[in-house]
Amino acid sequence: MTGTRPGPGEPLLDAHLVVERDRFRLDAHLPIAAGEVVALLGPNGAGKTTALRALAGLLPLTAGHVRLGAVTLDDPGHRVWVPAERRHVGVVFQDYLLFPHLSALDNVAFGPRSYGMNRLESRERAVGWLRRVGLADHARAKPRHLSGGQAQRVALARALAVDPPLLLLDEPLAALDAGTRMDTRAELHRHLAEHPGATLLVTHDPLDALVLADRLVIIEDGQIVQEGDAATITAQPRTDYVARLVGLNLYRGQAHDHTVRVGPDFTLAVADAAEGDVFVAFPPTAVALHAREPDGSPRNTWPATIASIQRHGDNLRVQLTGAVTAAADITPAAASHLRLATGQQVWAAVKAVETRTYPVHHGEPEPEPR
Amino acid sequence: MSTVDDRGAGARRPAPAAAPRPRRGTSRVPVGLLVPAAVGLAALVLPLLGLVVRAPWSTLPSRLAAPGVLTALRLSLETATLATLLSVVLGVPLAWLLARVEFPGRRVVRALVTVPLVLPPVVGGVALLLVFGRKGLLGAWLDSAFGITLPFTTPGVVVAEAFVAMPFLIIAVEGALRGADTRFEEAAATLGAGRWTTFRRVTIPLVAPGIAAGAVLCWARALGEFGATITFAGNYPGITQTMPLAVYQTLEGGDLDGAIVLSLLLLVVSVTILASLRDRWITSP
Repeated sequence: MTGTRPGPGEPLLDAHLVVERDRFRLDAHLPIAAGEVVALLGPNGAGKTTALRALAGLLPLTAGHVRLGAVTLDDPGHRVWVPAERRHVGVVFQDYLLFPHLSALDNVAFGPRSYGMNRLESRERAVGWLRRVGLADHARAKPRHLSGGQAQRVALARALAVDPPLLLLDEPLAALDAGTRMDTRAELHRHLAEHPGATLLVTHDPLDALVLADRLVIIEDGQIVQEGDAATITAQPRTDYVARLVGLNLYRGQAHDHTVRVGPDFTLAVADAAEGDVFVAFPPTAVALHAREPDGSPRNTWPATIASIQRHGDNLRVQLTGAVTAAADITPAAASHLRLATGQQVWAAVKAVETRTYPVHHGEPEPEPR
Repeated sequence: MSTVDDRGAGARRPAPAAAPRPRRGTSRVPVGLLVPAAVGLAALVLPLLGLVVRAPWSTLPSRLAAPGVLTALRLSLETATLATLLSVVLGVPLAWLLARVEFPGRRVVRALVTVPLVLPPVVGGVALLLVFGRKGLLGAWLDSAFGITLPFTTPGVVVAEAFVAMPFLIIAVEGALRGADTRFEEAAATLGAGRWTTFRRVTIPLVAPGIAAGAVLCWARALGEFGATITFAGNYPGITQTMPLAVYQTLEGGDLDGAIVLSLLLLVVSVTILASLRDRWITSP
């Protein structure tokens, strides 16, 4: 696991990114410590790539600042702007953008050469980096002769070869097929753990974020909506997007003791006693479906309509509408027993003990070890 | 013609005229397309066939050895090549500017670049005389300051050919630059390369096929240049008389067979060179 150095004082990267464009506004604080890997997670159009481009120097800030160590890279308020080619920021682009006319070796040597090393030194450095990513045998290969996983590793080596204090990765695994992605993810994890600088990983894949990052920052519509370690975020999502990301049903409502009113006519019985503005979350596997109104143990039941049924792993995921929307995971056997179909009326049931309740406004709880 | 290697993934290049492709039944080709296509082909090929048929094959060797023929051929090849080099040196940066830099009046500049394409070459020659002539706008200054005169000299031929042929190169290279993925240039910037290094080490190699194609077009146009050359540089054997001018003069002198021989020679040499260039530069990955 990457050691987040409990560094005294300032984080290595101190960024307040404000970019205004057309009808979009990004406004995000992104401090990252040396050695820390932060995943920036969000839906399409949330501003992830805009943030990455602003940090790389490919897009100027409208306001705010980017400071890396003691150096200010961008500060429109003080008319400071360091262009990309003088930032020493390493970038691994989504489809790698390896120069097609250069060999793997020359691709990796490109950065050191541009930053002033002579031909021999830069090539030696490139050979070293290709060895570290296990591609010393492919030094002479042109990018079109590399597999997707190999190209990804060359792109990583190319970005790291300039010893960047800040490394940016834009969906580094998105272009790979599922099998390659597993291996490459594991290897990427090893290299990121060894990187002494700050690392920002932009992704929309929660698994990449959970495996590779020490800390998750979730961005929606240009704003940070939640940040924290993986355990906190998966246990206590604070927006619908995050809840879907981690596969939970999420509701917000007013709590009183063991009940939470989440709609005008809808109250959930919950396991944790609470008061005031709270979130209630439970997994789709906690939702049972019945043909008739069930009775018995203390549980929440409500009539619902089936909006859609989709395959989800070995189970079926049923989307329900009604007093509240919810997702339910049931086995194919149960589905055929109930003869489920879209538009059908069913009764949904959730045991109170399956729910988790946490306040909307509070200090972040102690991060739990992953 | 050597085999065409078509592995080059993704590289944009002019389609080889005779690319082998899976045959589909010719019966599917509509007559409405086939007939005009055949007539068009005939219109292009028949005149060349006429040259071959009417050529005085028996006296060909002696006519080729006649004084002045090889001189004109060499002058043609040299001036066309120099005009192409001049066009590449000046035209590629201009194409880059048009494709990559936003500046006021860019549309006007782009329109001006294409003017020589639509201008009758003779008019271009007159315009060049007005500028570079001994009493011209720049010519007078060039003459007094450096003792350089362009009209009616071999460098004048190069200037006239470049004037007419450079737009072909600029249009081809600008198109290639616009088609190239600018994110490679961004990647180069994040690796510490300034704009000049990026241009040299990334942009130029990426659009090399476009530059080669543009240069070939440019060279071919320069080789056939007639109107601007004869107006601006005159028709002096050994100095400014290129092959097209020699053909014209021979024809004017009533020597039809001589004109045919010169035409055939120019045709064979240019087609041979273009074919070999296409195989070597444009289709190799």
